[in-house]
Amino acid sequence: MEGLAIPLNHVLIVATLLFITGLAGIMFRRNIIFILMSLEVMLNSAGLAFVAAGTAWQQADGQVIFMLILTVAAAEVSVGLGLVLQIQRRFRTLDMDQATRLNS
Amino acid sequence: MELILFYIASTVAILATVFALTRSNAAHALIYLIVSLLAVAVIFFLLGAPFAAALEVVIYAGAIMVLFVFVIMMLNLGEEGDQRERQRMHPAVWIGPSILSAVLLIEMLLVIVNVDGPQTGALIGAKQVGLTLFGPYVLAVEIASMLLLAGLVGAYHVGRRFRLSEPAEEDKKNQEQA
Repeated sequence: MEGLAIPLNHVLIVATLLFITGLAGIMFRRNIIFILMSLEVMLNSAGLAFVAAGTAWQQADGQVIFMLILTVAAAEVSVGLGLVLQIQRRFRTLDMDQATRLNS
Repeated sequence: MELILFYIASTVAILATVFALTRSNAAHALIYLIVSLLAVAVIFFLLGAPFAAALEVVIYAGAIMVLFVFVIMMLNLGEEGDQRERQRMHPAVWIGPSILSAVLLIEMLLVIVNVDGPQTGALIGAKQVGLTLFGPYVLAVEIASMLLLAGLVGAYHVGRRFRLSEPAEEDKKNQEQA
């Protein structure tokens, strides 16, 4: 573990800040496209934490998990954007508070 | 030196993310989001994970963001779309993302110019990642392929065009069953 030039703590702080930004985006935005973007930001920050930890311990596992996160993000966003198209067709809006048919 | 580059890149990443999630126009937000992903790719590179950095640029900033662009462009068709297109050319829209990505470009040039300058602590290259991925993690690769197949089928099913009368008929059927 010879000299990681960038302290792990600082990378984890950056990842946490990105995660909090994404979480705040999910909570405060009501447009479904922005909610999906916030999800992307959160997955990305998790990937950053994995890669940083993998580098700190000199293992390739972190990057492997990052690739799996990438796969999950790709699958999630394709289904999510399909749902966006359906919501736009049925409700003529992207506001999530309008799509409350399950609530009835 | 790489520490300074790291701090600059992380500042750019956080700023771009905050800007992205506070825009009102989805297309403008997308530009900032791409800048944020590029900044995270720079951080990966500085951490000594060049393969992850390349994947971040190619798959995240390339493929996934193109999906977003497609959907946003599909959603605002019509005359409104033309007006927005004209707005999009306004300097106030692209000056912020340009500055942020120029910072990243300068960082990259710095890294290229002093080749022996920025030394990351440990380099984990693509070969090591590949050996790990198809060694102990080969089951995870299979699961990921099944996940992608499920995502493909799901996106095809959800994204297809339903007939407009269908929801009403479904409601009737549900009421009859009830």
